[in-house]
Amino acid sequence: MTARRKKAKGTKAGAALTLGPVLYNWQIDRWRDFYFRMADEAPVDTVVLGEVVCSKRAPFFESTIPKVVERLQAGGKEVVFATLALVTNRREMKAIEELAADGALAIEANDVSALSLLAGRPHDVGPHVNVYNEGTLAWLAGRGARRVTLPVELARDQIAAIAKAGIGVELEVFAFGRLPLALSARCYTARDSGLRKDNCQFVCGGIVDGVDLATQDGKSFLAVNGTTTMSFAWAELSRHAEDLRRLGVRRFRLSPQGVDMAAVARSWRDHLDGKKSAAETAKSLAALAPKAVFADGFYRGTVGAEPVAA
Amino acid sequence: MSALELVCPAGTPAALKAAVDAGADAVYLGFRDETNARNFPGLNFDRDELAEGIAYAHRGGTKVYVAINTYPRAGAPEAWHQALADAARLKADSVIIADLGLADHARRKHPKLRLHLSVQAAASTPEALRFYQKEFGIKRVVLPRVLTVAEIADLIRDAKVEAEVFVFGGLCVMAEGRCQLSSYATGKSPNMNGVCSPASHVAYVEKEGRLHATLGGYTIDSFAKGEAAGYPTLCKGRFRVGETTSYVFEEPTSLNAFALLPELRKAGVTALKIEGRQRGRAYVAQVVAAFRDAVDALDRGKPLPEATLAALTEGGRETGGAYRKTWR
Repeated sequence: MTARRKKAKGTKAGAALTLGPVLYNWQIDRWRDFYFRMADEAPVDTVVLGEVVCSKRAPFFESTIPKVVERLQAGGKEVVFATLALVTNRREMKAIEELAADGALAIEANDVSALSLLAGRPHDVGPHVNVYNEGTLAWLAGRGARRVTLPVELARDQIAAIAKAGIGVELEVFAFGRLPLALSARCYTARDSGLRKDNCQFVCGGIVDGVDLATQDGKSFLAVNGTTTMSFAWAELSRHAEDLRRLGVRRFRLSPQGVDMAAVARSWRDHLDGKKSAAETAKSLAALAPKAVFADGFYRGTVGAEPVAA
Repeated sequence: MSALELVCPAGTPAALKAAVDAGADAVYLGFRDETNARNFPGLNFDRDELAEGIAYAHRGGTKVYVAINTYPRAGAPEAWHQALADAARLKADSVIIADLGLADHARRKHPKLRLHLSVQAAASTPEALRFYQKEFGIKRVVLPRVLTVAEIADLIRDAKVEAEVFVFGGLCVMAEGRCQLSSYATGKSPNMNGVCSPASHVAYVEKEGRLHATLGGYTIDSFAKGEAAGYPTLCKGRFRVGETTSYVFEEPTSLNAFALLPELRKAGVTALKIEGRQRGRAYVAQVVAAFRDAVDALDRGKPLPEATLAALTEGGRETGGAYRKTWR
């Protein structure tokens, strides 16, 4: 991998977009085409690549990553490599060590083992590291954190308090897509097929947005995605973007889903650039993901699943 | 091999006494607020109760560990800092913490206070364990319930840290400290509020002849008339995926690693932890006594005694959990 840290292009509105890592096990062709298209068409500043959910998926993508990186960089995107969120064995740890061994790669740490390898050099911290308060943020900043994506369950008041501390770390919020809510050693996609993680037969392969999970009385609730349990509802914080920018949060993460993500990014970009109102943006996002239920309950400090106001 | 230390839950002063009397080497407990991960009504200790509890425990040669293992609220860390200061002042034998910022605070303000890393920190690799040791002087790690016995043995060999593992009681199927399911459904989370699937959001509702156990309005499970209705713990419900309804995450089962004690000892584990600060003193007394006998037997090179703990597990069902690779 040859991606070097490259400063994200400044945007006139002073707000930036990150395309988060694909959290699902997309087929390799879909995965490659997705990134090529994002490289060419999506107005995002940064693209986070890498397998965060399950190390067993990573080999499928490895040989294609250099091509994707090249294309993304040609498209002017900053490329950051995310580490696995739950590391339980030496093989997984070794993969992170290999990534960290190239001192010039931009890396997003998603657990404390990765943090330990990156201490003392600039790095990013992903949404799977628990940064709940300004004390933790300050401590991470002292170890080289330059950008931190906050935990998805933080409410506005807590985000405001963290931002207000003025620690000098760039703050990012998870602003679009299904929320990764829980990690496990157990694979629930495999379990659902009567299999175990060790002999999973890659049953998650090709499932685009996770598998919907409903209650017994038919109420949509969660989505199963291997070892990660996702929200059924998709985060949609565009209507709070202005508020967040006033608080000092200027970076928004769009998490890949099986919809036109280039168009999603364009909507966001237009909104951040003042070309599209919050209402228009919300409307266009709803049109781009007609089957999705959008939620912003975490941000509003209520129940996470609570839908956005109509 | 030194004897395994038995670390027992004390949700109340009465449970503390029961655990000490039944032979606990250490008890763990929390203050009566959101600084600990069992912030349930009617549980935990105020400052005077902690002082008395520590005195009682120390008279019996039992250590007291104070869990301050939620994540301090942004802009308002005072309650957590006060909890650390009070634990130090009252001469607790250690504090159990999870938050990086709080660990940093503890190391700077209370350098003599012994620090244990909570399971809520989910440190699962030698690199993470060494990092916590180096940065904060963490002396012991409560291992996340995601590792097999073989992985635990590897980890202890590599990281050279005291390891404490759960052996009995409630079983998180998600990596602790990395689960936001409860707040997604109820607004209250383990990390921020010290609660999971809180009783305040539970309702039992009759629908079409069945009793639905609901959490935040979501049916977690339903039961036929006359069937014993379980508590709607989010990850132990029956849900619908495609055409089938099943325990998608886990059955309503409890961890029981009693039979694994010899293996855990061989793996180099320092301490065994019994979950259950929400449990009454009779339960605590019985479980602690059974594990006391087992640890003493192992120490004398004897086989494990027969233990009849099944009656105390959730729904009478038990599992070895992640300690067995097949669980995954």
